[in-house]
Amino acid sequence: MKFLSSFLALTLAFVSAASVQAQPSADDIIARSLETFYYAGDDQRTRATMRLVNPQGKERRRVMTLLRKDLGGEGEQRYYIYFHEPADVKGTTFMVWKYPAREDDRWIFIPAIKLVRRIAADDKRSSFVGSDFTYEDVSGREVGDESHSLLDETDLDGRPVYRIESVPKAKVDYVRRLSWIDRERWVPLKEEYYDGRGELLRTFTADAVREVDGHWTVTQRTMRDAQSGHHTEVVYDEVGYGIGLEADLFSERYLQRPPRQWIR
Amino acid sequence: MSRQTPFTLRHALAGVLAWGVGLPAGAAQAPPLEIPEIHGFLQAHGAARLGGVDCDPGTACDWPFNEQRLQLKAEGGGFEGTLGYAGKIDLLHDAALGESEVDIRELYADYNAERYTVRAGRQVITWGVADLLFINDTFPKDWTAFYGGLPLEYLKRGSDAVRLDLFPDFADVQLVLADFRPDRLPDRERFVLPGQAIQAGLDEPSGLEVGLRVSRYVGSWDGALYLSRTHYRAPALRQVGAGWQGGFPRLNAVGASLSGPLGSGVLSLEAGYYDSVDDRDGDDPAIENSQTRLLAGYSRQIGADTTLGVQGYVEWMHDHAAYRRTLPAGYSERDELRGVATLRLTRFEMHQTLRLSLFAFWGISEGDGYLIPSARYAFSDALWGEVGANLIVGDRSGQFGVLGDNDNVYMTLRYAF
Repeated sequence: MKFLSSFLALTLAFVSAASVQAQPSADDIIARSLETFYYAGDDQRTRATMRLVNPQGKERRRVMTLLRKDLGGEGEQRYYIYFHEPADVKGTTFMVWKYPAREDDRWIFIPAIKLVRRIAADDKRSSFVGSDFTYEDVSGREVGDESHSLLDETDLDGRPVYRIESVPKAKVDYVRRLSWIDRERWVPLKEEYYDGRGELLRTFTADAVREVDGHWTVTQRTMRDAQSGHHTEVVYDEVGYGIGLEADLFSERYLQRPPRQWIR
Repeated sequence: MSRQTPFTLRHALAGVLAWGVGLPAGAAQAPPLEIPEIHGFLQAHGAARLGGVDCDPGTACDWPFNEQRLQLKAEGGGFEGTLGYAGKIDLLHDAALGESEVDIRELYADYNAERYTVRAGRQVITWGVADLLFINDTFPKDWTAFYGGLPLEYLKRGSDAVRLDLFPDFADVQLVLADFRPDRLPDRERFVLPGQAIQAGLDEPSGLEVGLRVSRYVGSWDGALYLSRTHYRAPALRQVGAGWQGGFPRLNAVGASLSGPLGSGVLSLEAGYYDSVDDRDGDDPAIENSQTRLLAGYSRQIGADTTLGVQGYVEWMHDHAAYRRTLPAGYSERDELRGVATLRLTRFEMHQTLRLSLFAFWGISEGDGYLIPSARYAFSDALWGEVGANLIVGDRSGQFGVLGDNDNVYMTLRYAF
């Protein structure tokens, strides 16, 4: 009897696993996509150039190094950002302790007055350093923030994708988001955000995807504001995973004195 | 008085440099010292006095501020980050007073070890969690620059100091040994002030000042304890015969701060006790009495790209009865409790190229106020301009109100490279 029940359980497990593989739920797809996009590896170092382009083509540039470390498997993360350019804000650093179930803790260091200041974290949908990306776009959202449904499986520029519709549960600036998620690599290749009148607000595109240290990585991306015509392009100049960042790097000490080993 | 390169600076620099040489491993591959990065800016700043004010002949009346400066900033490091250095030097042309000067704003060397760091030289140190009110930050400030509308970094003067940071597991410990530097206070060259001008010789304290800060995270909160063995940075003047003599009385300060999340904003609490060592009984009218200072502040986002911050602050003068008894006739009396509230409203527009800001002090007990509205626009990554005003309202005997003849509108233009 015992053998039989184990056998049954095993068979059922197989069957359900097979069905999951055939048709993962929308939540599973989004979860795996967030995992790939925001949690790849135990840590990550990126040097990125951000171009902010207004509708007249006038350009501003931000060059920064981003360090990330995941703590445990519950989604707790630490972020550290150092600004190299423009010259007037060079040396400004920014640190986030991100928690899965509550507001983040955030600090900024302003080198001109040697001031470390804790900042309010209630602005996930606010612009990150004046760009078209929000804070949330940079450090990620949670699966449960939106209700997801799988629309279809299709192709986008030659890549097989899932097309997912997501509706935020709380009131935010968009009411509907469509995403095209690579069925093999799990990175989002495109996202569209719509407002209550069905008007397109913003479009995200992954312009270059590369495998780095075994992780599929969007190394070039654009966020386009459909209403204003402003857009922001981010290019990863350097990126690496599993480089051995220590947790104590994400502290006031290094906010004030950037770790030269990583900030180059 | 002329201690531009104090012994702390020279000796500590030499010591730190000697110490670092030959230390690090792995220096063979990389060049030991990096080429310094040079940055800086060109900045023009002017402030025009508002209102028809009768100025003394020696006061820059219509344009109390009219200056152009070139800041050169060099920083670099070496030995895989074990050594670092930075310098910030302003070449200043002050057209309001017809002067030129070289201002060494910062010049220091860093030694970074696993468990501690040392920074020696002229450096800016900022303590505490309050916004434009100071309790445990007893380091030198430049109030002339502040009331003239210069960018905020000019409020802080560098200290000539050796700063040692230790990082044991239980806390971060910061020890600061510094030479005395006074605050720069509004003077009659640019400001219209009540009363008669007083010529006084000033004795600056010698010997090192000591500051100690112990901080750590307590859950999601940042906690810190502070100790300062220092001096008041505004002079205490007393009449000696026919003339005046001034000094900087001793001050010990002890305090604590805490800041952390509350609701969707940040709560900041700070307290301090000022022990006026040279006037513990409070009966010397020339010297500040001991005080207790308390502050609570809260800041949060109130809309997209809009932040509101409010603070409440009290200064409680100890031995107020002794102060009243010994206050010379003709001087206006200060309250035992001085309360100040502040408001900061900041809003970004146009992809954060435009920053609108209002900072307001309200002297609750003294019935005065100080408003600083401003708008800053970034024309490009390199060029920004700001217009704003410094407006004093209310009772002329209050600590803000006394500057009532110095309302100004200012403009700053900065090109950074």
